[in-house]
Amino acid sequence: MTAALSRTPLHGWHARHGARFVPFSGWEMPVQYTGILDEHRATRQGAGLFDVSHMGEALVSGPQAAAFLDHVATNRLGDLAVGRARYTLLCAPDGGVVDDIIVYRTGPQNYLLCLNAGNTPGDLAWLGEHARRFDCEFRDASADYAQLALQGPRAIEIAARLAPSAVNLADVPRFSFVEIVLAGATMIASRTGYTGEDGFEFYIQPGQAEAFADALLEAGADLGLKPCGLGARDSLRLEAGLPLYGHEISRDISPLQAGLGWAVKLDKSGGFIGRDALAAEAAAGPANRVVFFILDDRRVARADMTVSAGGQPVGRILSGTVSPILNLPIGSALIADSALKSGAPLTVDVRGAAIPLRLAKPPLHKPPESRIKN
Amino acid sequence: MSSVPDDLRYTKDHEWLQLAGDGVALVGITDYAQQSLGDIVYVELPKPGARFAAGATFGVVESVKAASDLYMPIEAEVLEVNSLLETMPELVNQVPYAAGWMLKVRVSAPAALAQLLDAAAYRKLI
Repeated sequence: MTAALSRTPLHGWHARHGARFVPFSGWEMPVQYTGILDEHRATRQGAGLFDVSHMGEALVSGPQAAAFLDHVATNRLGDLAVGRARYTLLCAPDGGVVDDIIVYRTGPQNYLLCLNAGNTPGDLAWLGEHARRFDCEFRDASADYAQLALQGPRAIEIAARLAPSAVNLADVPRFSFVEIVLAGATMIASRTGYTGEDGFEFYIQPGQAEAFADALLEAGADLGLKPCGLGARDSLRLEAGLPLYGHEISRDISPLQAGLGWAVKLDKSGGFIGRDALAAEAAAGPANRVVFFILDDRRVARADMTVSAGGQPVGRILSGTVSPILNLPIGSALIADSALKSGAPLTVDVRGAAIPLRLAKPPLHKPPESRIKN
Repeated sequence: MSSVPDDLRYTKDHEWLQLAGDGVALVGITDYAQQSLGDIVYVELPKPGARFAAGATFGVVESVKAASDLYMPIEAEVLEVNSLLETMPELVNQVPYAAGWMLKVRVSAPAALAQLLDAAAYRKLI
């Protein structure tokens, strides 16, 4: 017997919009409505609406809230301005990743944390234990919020249609948030996302989520807004080169291996959990590195397939799918640094066929030329 | 919800088989299977002349999310594969019982067809 799956406040809404559900990290979540390719392209071309209420939330408050978070997080959080958000890793003493989270500073002594669904129980235990040694309150607030993500080139325009005329949502900088009333509901609107597109993530009371989702869909109907499931969320984040816990980062793949060294402040005063292990790894150079790739083939490389160089195994696939924009397989892999430095051609074994990996810098869906112009 | 034509035979693994006479049959995957898989992006099929036992893996179908094995409904030799699927794998989603067919095969022992599910039995399964 498996444990009963949790349902988000939008479960009935999903069913009414034709969602197909799958179990994901203990939740029954919509994987798609019309199809992953269709929803993915809608988000790149117009906008997509995602229910991400399965994500966990926690609140930290008190005189030592900042000191506590700087102790458990790799990034600097004490100097985060009120109204700003920042990405950080939580690491174990050995430098392995406990979770990657977004931290919002809601007041001088107040923070809101957004946690990965599958890691939420572990995070709550881990953070709760360390919080006891600081003068701060730490509590699970997951049941207080539903979370909706509106993502895509038309996302800001759609949200603005529901905003009071005095508010200009386009003025909210990236990785900033505002408390705002949209379509009659009070919420936190955060200029963040997990698709590589512009947009907002909304933290809203669970009882108001359905009416707000309806208001958004109506407001965006003429701009190509579509409800999108976890399938498109995954293919969008992989194209954009954003890490997914359990794939590009894990207890066994450190932030330095994953190319997230920019979020690891080794010189942070007072240090942090995992600092010494990560400093040693930085000094020696990571033994393995996460890379992203495109396949000029129709066969798809999937997680755990073997990557070889010169007939020798040098790594494994971490994530793999088809880019609905390139119409080519894309993915990420963990490769021995020595193999990368040698420059030897890499191949992935897909059912006995050795398919060349073409390494590429994300965002994979944008040709390098267009990125330079940007 | 899913379409299950009356004139086909089925397997519990969601393949269909249509007998065309002379022991020649078409093989594909069912409407239920293509809906469950979602957008199909690649179909890997065997070479003509290959022989398979009933239940043997004859190919792979890749959706955006995952790769899934394809199973031969009955002992048979492959006469032809649907080459259209090389460039248009989405035909399996769009018309799974028509242009989305996968194999034309010669069935080794037509009497074994009796072991396959009829439409009524397959409807009960899905």
